[in-house]
Parts: sequence; structure tokens; C-alpha cells
Amino acid sequence: MEHIRTTKVEQVKLLDRFSTSNKSLTGTLYLTATHLLFIDSHQKETWILHHHIALVEKLALTTSGCPLVIQCKNFRIVHFIVPRERDCHDIYNSLLQLSKQAKYEDLYAFSYNPKQNDSERLRGWQLVDLTEEYKRMGLPNSNWQLSDANRDYKICETYPRELYVPRIASKPIIVGSSKFRSKGRFPVLSYYHQNKEAAICRCSQPLSGFSARCLEDEHLLQAISKANPANRYMYVMDTRPRLNAMANRAAGKGYENEDNYSNIRFQFVGIENIHVMRSSLQKLLEVSGSRGLSVSDFYSGLEGAGWLRHIKAVTDAAIFLAKAIMVENASVLVHCSDGWDRTSQVCSLGSLLLDPYYRTIRGFMVLIEKDWISFGHKYSDRCGHLDGDPKEVSPVFTQFLECVWHLTEQFPQAFEFNEAFLLQIHEHIHSCQFGNFIGNCQKEREELKLKEKTYSLWPFLLHDQKKYFNPLYSSTSQKLAVLEPNTVSFNFKFWRNMYHQFDRTLHPRQSVFNIIMNMNEQNKQLQKDVKDLESQIKQHKNKQTDGVLTKELLNSVRPESPALKTSLCLKEQTLLPVKDALRTVEGSSPADNRYSEYADEFSKAEPAVVSSEYGVARMTC
Amino acid sequence: MEFSELIRTGQAQAELLRGPEMPPLRGTLCVTGHHLLLSPGPQATPDLWLLLLRSVDSIEKRVAGDAGTITLRCKDLRVLQLDIEGVEATLDIARSIEALSSLESVITSFPFFYRPKGLRLGESWHFHPPERYYKRVARETRAWRLSEANEDFSLCPSYPRAVIVPRTVDDDALARSARFRQGGRFPVLSYYHAPSGTVLLRSSQPLTGPQKRRCAEDEELLQAVLAGARPGARGFIVDTRSAQAAKQARMTGGGTEAKSAYPGWKRLHRPLEREGACILVHGAEGTDSTLLVTSLAQLILDPLSRTMAGFQELIEREWIQAGHPFQLRCAHSAFSHTRPKHEAPIFLLFLDCVWQLGRQFPLSLEFGEGMLLALFDHSYASPFGTFLCNSEKERCLCEVRTRTHSLWSGLNQPKEQRKLRNPLYAPNPLAIWPSVEPQSLRLWQGLFLRWTHPPEPSEVAWEKVWQIATDQEKTEGSQPTDSASEPQP
Repeated sequence: MEHIRTTKVEQVKLLDRFSTSNKSLTGTLYLTATHLLFIDSHQKETWILHHHIALVEKLALTTSGCPLVIQCKNFRIVHFIVPRERDCHDIYNSLLQLSKQAKYEDLYAFSYNPKQNDSERLRGWQLVDLTEEYKRMGLPNSNWQLSDANRDYKICETYPRELYVPRIASKPIIVGSSKFRSKGRFPVLSYYHQNKEAAICRCSQPLSGFSARCLEDEHLLQAISKANPANRYMYVMDTRPRLNAMANRAAGKGYENEDNYSNIRFQFVGIENIHVMRSSLQKLLEVSGSRGLSVSDFYSGLEGAGWLRHIKAVTDAAIFLAKAIMVENASVLVHCSDGWDRTSQVCSLGSLLLDPYYRTIRGFMVLIEKDWISFGHKYSDRCGHLDGDPKEVSPVFTQFLECVWHLTEQFPQAFEFNEAFLLQIHEHIHSCQFGNFIGNCQKEREELKLKEKTYSLWPFLLHDQKKYFNPLYSSTSQKLAVLEPNTVSFNFKFWRNMYHQFDRTLHPRQSVFNIIMNMNEQNKQLQKDVKDLESQIKQHKNKQTDGVLTKELLNSVRPESPALKTSLCLKEQTLLPVKDALRTVEGSSPADNRYSEYADEFSKAEPAVVSSEYGVARMTC
Repeated sequence: MEFSELIRTGQAQAELLRGPEMPPLRGTLCVTGHHLLLSPGPQATPDLWLLLLRSVDSIEKRVAGDAGTITLRCKDLRVLQLDIEGVEATLDIARSIEALSSLESVITSFPFFYRPKGLRLGESWHFHPPERYYKRVARETRAWRLSEANEDFSLCPSYPRAVIVPRTVDDDALARSARFRQGGRFPVLSYYHAPSGTVLLRSSQPLTGPQKRRCAEDEELLQAVLAGARPGARGFIVDTRSAQAAKQARMTGGGTEAKSAYPGWKRLHRPLEREGACILVHGAEGTDSTLLVTSLAQLILDPLSRTMAGFQELIEREWIQAGHPFQLRCAHSAFSHTRPKHEAPIFLLFLDCVWQLGRQFPLSLEFGEGMLLALFDHSYASPFGTFLCNSEKERCLCEVRTRTHSLWSGLNQPKEQRKLRNPLYAPNPLAIWPSVEPQSLRLWQGLFLRWTHPPEPSEVAWEKVWQIATDQEKTEGSQPTDSASEPQP
């Protein structure tokens, strides 16, 4: 609180960054301990969580006031004009402080209270259980076992306690291998394909330099090969570009020498590093954020940013991985440099292609817990949760979500969840409202006592899963068991609903998903009504033949039949919603409607928005 | 005229490759007056494969050994490959296709021979778009009248017989205004916007020329438009050309309306914000980008034009009757080797815009992508007569209405509906303003990648949408009957 000098400023203008007519909303700006809140004259509220703020800028004073531009990590950009420079300065300074916390304990999750008791909280944390997940894969089995080598984080601090390794790999081999791998991240199992008996394994780069060898590491890789009875050779995928991997050799790191390892097939796949990805996204946002953008500038900017090329590279790597398992029955070992960025992307995306379970709402949570959270993707560093090294920040996880989104576009029926689910998860990797994504590895999370002091995101998403259902999902389609995406260039497109999530004028004004969802529900309700009525008729007829028809019975039928009426009302509501003030909620609001959300707003988009658009849209054909 | 003169060979054995996802077909290849036929052998499927020769855009032949290959690139962007036994046969077939696919004569084209079962000649030609539309306008305002000054196409050869003009302007004035406009296209009503009482007009450029000529009747006509609209109404002349291009047009006799000559009207060369004003749209000839703008504006503003029937009427009225020269513009498509100046995919541009609109308002159009694809295909090559010729005058000369079938009668058959309709349609009474930021526009994959990358998973998904929507209709429909079957006491 000591950072807040001004809590309320009136007569603030909010500009629409894509309006050509410089239209603006006037309202009041409030600064709370956790949020910046703007309420305009139509009582529409815009909430901005301090943790979401990536950059605050105070621009040069104009005649109408002092412009304050806030860029958020969820790609919202707001442009305020504060009448008095003093107020602007106060808010600017407060936000600078509030958006960059120095200690984990100051993050929102440690003060956020959804009014649950301890046992509810604990149950929430138990919702995703990785022990169960390995069991689901069929582990342990005759070839793979749970290793207790890292039970106390002694071998690798950034790995989880529970790790699956080949049964024939002894502890000395594991320890020896870990000493030969960057940050001690030795090869362990990430996913096991029960039918093919092939595994996806992951690790970091070997400390091979120009010639170093490690017999234990070679043994461990051989053990992984041998754990697959169907195929003698295995793939080692280095997800880096060859040049980067070679440069690492000078620093005593590098990649596996095929001559030293028996039966490996070594492959580079050329995904760029976190720094390239960071600047690529920056370029993308610069392009998409420019005003009065022409079509050709947009496409040349998109090409120049290289973002979609990177998305394609990650997807291609995952396809390579999935094919190695499906077509060749071969196990695959994936690594990059440290094995927590590109490796997480490729392993998780590859598993998603192979296993339909990960394409369900629950399975996707499990996948993120397993390949990202437990294996030490450095969320706090990559998302810049704390005031730290900006060079550690990189949109690696965002990229993963975008790869998944591209798959949902190509396979509209293969995913149980919809786009809103992906956007909501993206929202919360930055919000620091839940404990899941705080910290950089499991050990750190345990030290922070996150499970005691914060809440897990997953039960909240599951509670609202209705909003995240894909109405076209076909869980039984055999054709969609393994996804084989086509990565021709035109299948990669700009994800408008991510990067312009809050620029509503750029969105489709009507949502197909919501309407289909409603239709589906109405169909179910109507079918149920039909059944109920039929059984009543039957009952009725029986009674009639029995000669016990009474007036009461007749009346008992009547109140049931208007079921149709309610269903029709439902339809009217969805097609012509009442025009009410739109409410955009950023991350969360103290009023506790955190998820008000994307899906809702989407559904309101129907004619109601069209009519409100009437006031702002332009005729630009 | 005898087609047989152009057919060099009767038949040949061939194999047809139709693209990545389709199995090859093998059988007897045969060229007829209007079609290329492939009849599979008796053991194979009995289906006959048929291609309208008119839809061939370019043809390439290669021979090697005693076989040849013909590559046909079609106007609907399909690429077909025929592997033919015999060099002579290959060359003969190629020559026959070349000759028959480029026939210019309208009255020997296939629509004049096409007699499908279940359709009657003259059916669905009953559209009289200007007349029908005038009835709608007349219910709202008395300021306009239907003029038959162009009954014999003498005022304007590219206008229909009847046009809607301000009530206070007589036919003589129209004739003078016509002489002042390129191709005689004087300002006529395109759309009456009842909620605001304003109108959308279209015309061609005025023939001001380097001497800055004027025409009193033309000026009076536009004055009458403002007088007939709500009091104090202003007008905008939207010139679809750049200011520079419009200025240059003066050197060749064209030009723009002088500001001083048309008080109350303001000329623009850019889109404008919503104003509640009357609008006159023109480019140079007024048959291309002008129609693009006026027809799209109606889709955005007018809920009726977004229905299946309304959209068909819009295309009849604003494209076909309004004199878009389909015959010239759609003579060839993307694969043609020659690029004459009169060819241009203006109508495709319109369809793409409508597709973008449909993507942004997926519930507001009663027709779906299938309808737009069908219109694209038929505008380039069709067994129906609807897109034949360049104007109403030519269609009358060729007796298109009595001697060919209307595309609408074909499309409105019940069996076609699932392909053409949008199952999610819900009437939307409001204007649908699309976003035109580049981030909001997409490549129309369904058209441009239709043959090379058929989006199979999305097609299955679309099928599912249909199923859900029809389930809904069924259950909703069946319920009242169930409750009605309650036993009577």
C-alpha cells in the first residue's frame, strides 16, 4: 500500500487504439492494491491486474492531458489520458512499483482468497495427480520403473522427485549420466506409448565439448533403447539449430556423437532460442499494434517477425517425434540446451498428437503439469513474475499454446476444449493469482509452501468447464486418434483472438461456438422432454385403460409440457440477448467474477454488440 | 453450326488424375460438343465423369513415346491431368478441347442445350428485380418512380428496361443526363435505406472532359434526390477511383462532378464515416467497383439481402441487371495465358468480401460458403443461362430467358439446400459492420485451396454443425405433435 499515493482520478479518458476517429470513453480510474480499475460513464468496468502489466509509459503532455500507456502481458494495451499531470505521475510511479514485485511472497496468489477451507484447497491441489498419470500410461512395467534417485532433489534440483527410468539403469549409471548433462538433467521418461512400447524421453545437452565421453550416459541411452522391445535404434532429437549446438561445444557442452552411442539416430530440428523468440514476438506486436495498418504492411510485417515460422518449426518437431513413434516404433530422446524450454514444447506437443487424452480438458491440465511445471519450465523467469533479468523473459509457453491453437483450427473436432480455455490458461500464467505457475521448479515451489499458501488454478477451470467445451468435439473418432497435421505455410495464421484479445472491434461479432453449444444443450433438453412426455402418455394410457383417469392426473401433465416454452426462451436469449453494459474483466476482480470472461463476452457479442457497434463502426468498404 | 467439325477424334483410353486426395480414374475418354467425358470400364464404378468444356481455362499437352499427357487448368482453379494412350489421340483430343472451350458464340453454348429433369424452362426467370424492388421502395416513400425510359435500351445499353429515379425528374431529363454519363449510365436508385430515409445511387462518371462541361438535367437529377430525401439531407459522391485517376480521366473525356455545379453534394475519394447522408457511387464505367460497393453496402445495411432469396435478388438486380459484363470479365480465369484488359475477377472479389462478412457474422447470412462457391463456379462456366451475356439488352437478343434455365431454379431445388445454406442462420435485424483491419481478413481457403488442400477435418466438423442444427429443428418440431397426441379426456 505504501506505493499508492492516489487512489482515484476522475475525468480520465480511455482511447480506443484502433479507432480512426479518436473516439474515447470518459470515466474514473481507481488504483487498488491488486488492480487498476477504470469505470466509464456507461458503468462498464475494465480491470487490469498489476501483475499483468508489462510496461507503463508516460507520454509527452498534450492539451487534453497527460497520456499514460499500459502494455499488458496478455496483450491488452490501454491508452489513458489523465487530465492533471500530477495524478498521472502518481499513478505512473505506483504502477511501476506495483507491477514489479521483488519477492514471491508479494505476489497476488499469497493474498488471493476465494473463500475455500483448507481441505477444499488441498483437494484442489490433488486434482492433477502425476502418479496417476504415469499409471494411466501403464507404468511401472517390466521395462520402466520409478526411480528414487532424485527423491531429495539431490541429483537434479530442477527435476521433480518422481522420475521414470529404464529398469536396467542402475543408480550409479543415473548419477554418472546426470554429471554429464547440463544442470544434471539426465534422460528420463516423459511419455510412454503403451501400444508401441516406445517412450518419449527428455534431458538437457551433454557436456561433451569437443571430445568428452561418459560411459554411464551411453549406458543410459542404451538402456532406453533396450526398454523398447519393438525397435533397436532410438532417435536423439536436438531441438536446436545445428549452429547453436556446435557453438555450445566451445563451452564444454554440445550434442551426442553418434559414434559413441550405439544405435542412436541423431537429428537437429532447428528451433531458435528464447532470445530469438522474445524479439520475434516483440516484432509481431509492433506490427499488429500499428494504426492504419495496410494489408501488405501487415503481411510483410508478419513475415518479417518470423513468429509463424517458429510456430511451424515447433510443430514440425512434434510431428517428427510422433512419427518416429507411430511409424517406426522407435523411442525418442529430446533435448535442447537446458531441456526446459524447447524440450518441453516438443515433448508435450508430441504427446498431444499421439494421445487423445491430452486433448481433453483434464488431460491438457495433466500435460501442462507434467511436461511444463514438474519438469521445471522456469515460469517465473520466463513470464517475469518478479523484477528480474529481462533477458530471461520469453514467450515459450505462449508459443506452445499457439501451436495447440493451430491444431484446434486444423482439427476442429479433436479437442474437448475451445480457444477460450487456452486464453484463460495464458491469462493465468501471468496473473500470479494461483500457485501453479509461481516459481521455476518443484523444489522452489515446495520451499515456497505454495500448496499451503495458495490455490490451484485447475479446480477453478474445471468448475467452469462448460465455458471451455468445444461443442464439435468427437471423442470417439478413430480418425482423430493420432493427429497428423499438415504444416504447409498457409495453415499458419495470425492468432487474432490472442494478440488482439481485448481489441474487440477486430473480432468476429458473432460466435459460432456459443450458438452450437446452446443448440446442443437445447437438443438434449428437448429430447429429455420428449422422453418424459412419452412416458407420461404411456402412463396415462395405462391408467385410462384401467379406468382411473382423474382430473388431477390431467393437471399433472400440464405443468410439465411448458418445458418447450422454457427451451424456446433459452433460444431467444441466446439469439437476441438483452442489451446490457459490457463488462471486461482483466484477470480477476475483487468482486470475485474472475472468469466473467471471455466466453461470456463472446456470447454477448451477438446482435447486442452489433447494435452497440452501430455507434462506433465505420463504413470502410 | 456443327460441333462435329471441331471434334477431331471420337475417343481414347485414358487415365485421369484429379488431385491429391482423389483416386485416379481410368476409362474411355470422349469429347462431345460441350463436354469431356470419361467412362470407366464395365468392372469399375458405373459413374460417368463429366467436365464442361467451357470451364477449361488453359490446356497443355506433352507427348512421350506412344502416350501423351494433357493438363487441363480449369476456371474454378482445379487442375486435371489426363494420361492418354496414343500420340495422335492425345493431340487430337487436345485440339478438340482447345477449339471447343474457346467458342465465343452465346447461343451455341451449353445452357441452350441443357434440359435437366425436374426443371421447366422459364422457371425462376420471373424475377423483375427493378420492378420488385420498386414495390418495396414505394411502400416507404413517394419520392421515387419506376421509369421505363430505357424500354428499348436506347438511353443506356447496359441498364435494364426499368430503372428507379426521382419522381420529379421526367424521362426527357433522364435522356439528357444519360448523354452526359459514360455509357449512358445516369444516376439511378440502388438502395433505399428506410430507417434514415436516405438513398444509395449509382452511375458512371460524368463526361465533363477537359472543358469541364456541365449538364443541367444531371445536376437537377441529383438536386431532386436531396429534395426527396429527408429535409436538410446532404449528399456524398463517392468516386471509387483515386483523386489523381479521376482527374486524369478528364483528358479522355470523363471526369468528376464539379463542386460548384452540385450544391449539397460533396465528392470523396475515400471511405467515409457514417453520416446519414445520400450517396452516389461511381468509378469510371460504373459497371465494376461501383457495383461492388453498392451491393456490399446493401448486405451490410439490409437484413433482407442476407436471406437466400434476398441475396439472389441482390445479385440479379445489382450485378446481372445492373450490367456487370460477366461475359467479358469471366471469359477466362487465373490460369489463362492471355490476359485481355476486359477480364477481371470483380465478381470473385465481391464473393470474397461476402465470405469475409460471413466469417465475422457467422449467424447473419442465410447462405453459406457453398452458395458463394457455386456462384463463383457458375459465373465462369455454367449449364445455366443466368450469367450469360454482358447486359439485359444482349440477353433479350439471345432470348436467354426463354431458351435457357435459370441458375436460381437449379439452386433452389430442395436437394441443393444442404450445400448452400447456413445452418446457423438467425435473422439479424441490425446493420452488420465488419472490421476491415488486416488482422480481421483471411485467405478464403475454401475457394483458393479447394482442390489442392481440401480441408477435410473442417468439412466433417461442418457436417456435424448441420447435424446439430437439424436435430434441433427435428426435436423442436416433433415436440408439439407429441403433446398434441395427449389423450383427450
